[in-house]
Amino acid sequence: MNATQIGWAGLVGSFALVVVAIALSFTQRLQLSRSILWASARAAVQLLLVGFALRLVLDSNASVWWAWLWVVIMIGFASFTIGSRAKEVPGIFLLGTISMLTVVVVSLSVIFGFQVFPVEGRTIVPLAGMMIGNSMTASVLVGRRIVGELSEKRDEVEARLALGQSWQDASRPYVRSALRTALVPQIESTKAVGLVFLPGAMTGLVLAGVDAVDAVTVQLAIMYLILGSVATSVTVIGLGLTRRVFTSDHRLRSIERATH
Amino acid sequence: MGPTRIPVESAELLAFDGVSFAVDSDREILHGVSLSVAPAAVTVLAGPSGAGKSTLLRLGNRLEVPSAGNVRFRGQDSAVIDPRELRRRVGMVFQKPVPFAGSVRTNLKVGAPQASEEELGRSLQRVGLEGSLLDRVADDLSGGEAQRMCIARTLLTQPEVILMDEPTSALDHENRLGIEHLAKELAQEGIGILWVSHDLAQVRRVADHALVLIDGRNASDEETAAYLEQGMSGEEQ
Repeated sequence: MNATQIGWAGLVGSFALVVVAIALSFTQRLQLSRSILWASARAAVQLLLVGFALRLVLDSNASVWWAWLWVVIMIGFASFTIGSRAKEVPGIFLLGTISMLTVVVVSLSVIFGFQVFPVEGRTIVPLAGMMIGNSMTASVLVGRRIVGELSEKRDEVEARLALGQSWQDASRPYVRSALRTALVPQIESTKAVGLVFLPGAMTGLVLAGVDAVDAVTVQLAIMYLILGSVATSVTVIGLGLTRRVFTSDHRLRSIERATH
Repeated sequence: MGPTRIPVESAELLAFDGVSFAVDSDREILHGVSLSVAPAAVTVLAGPSGAGKSTLLRLGNRLEVPSAGNVRFRGQDSAVIDPRELRRRVGMVFQKPVPFAGSVRTNLKVGAPQASEEELGRSLQRVGLEGSLLDRVADDLSGGEAQRMCIARTLLTQPEVILMDEPTSALDHENRLGIEHLAKELAQEGIGILWVSHDLAQVRRVADHALVLIDGRNASDEETAAYLEQGMSGEEQ
């Protein structure tokens, strides 16, 4: 039996655990049975579609440009997701797009520039996917947090402006707090890795029979990449959004009005 | 045209000339209001709640911009003055004290990062606080102390005008009288004070000049007399 090829039978076997979850929901009257079934089925359809499409993109004979096109589509989806999850944040769709583009350009330039991984479809797509996925979550968090901080602390920000501070100085303590909030979970999960859980890429490599230490080095490179990407995306959103909620003559806009 | 420096000499201190302000295209809060702030005096802007007094004050230091008319500082349209410079010359004290996180020293240095320990101590003494409060956490100050600290913080930017937006509304009677007395002292030192209040007893206590705003416009002489008369008869305290 090959650990990396479970086949359709293996997939169906693993579904037994979903049945357990549904049974638990039913017996405990959680009214989550339909949600669990729907989530499991949706995940299966989405991932299988992705799997078949990736098979075409990652084929050794396929042009690497197909992989780059895949990345562009991922950026589009991520921007759309950021926009829909943080509707109250003015201009979040555009900021999200700029942020994701910056993340991909900066991180892939580093990783391919230092030849950490070869430039191939099978490296471009999963690496970009991990960076975009993690950055997307952090972007939503920081966007909402900045808007929340500047709305809640509006009186403090305006008191600072009234003392002659620039919008950059007046907003700094609150934006800094929002950036920290968005970055701390990523730093904490980087610290806890290996002690509590074995991360996905490493687990996959070990299952595929790769030496554990080799798997760890790949995993570490990916984690550093994700940490850098999250920091980059959070900073781009933070700076862009803060600029947007202030006028050029150092006034804090009404957050509702800034959306127009 | 970029921001320009403020002329040093001008007969006029701060003037609002036919100022209107609209939140959006169909909701105007102020309609062509005119008034001027005299140096070395307390000018009180009175009027019922919702008359637009606080909004007018925010136009004075460009936290908002008028939709029509203009605000002049020392004879110059405030729209062409660098807002950071304007706000240092036209200080503002808000309705509720707004202490920032950190010590009193940290708070005072926001508007005057280069100020020496001696200058910081003097600024506290000027508003009736002990210089030893510098190391106190600002959030631990009482309401009256916090509002005095906010005034000291504003004074450190060396303003020529201070806009006071109902600065005693969150304070008890004793502290209220203390802040009123302080405003009179600052006016005697030459600062022009524009004080917003809807407490008519307070208007009588502090005003060198009083203007009344009703429904976002200047009240007529008759309306002004009738409004202030309410205070004389003790209907509103």
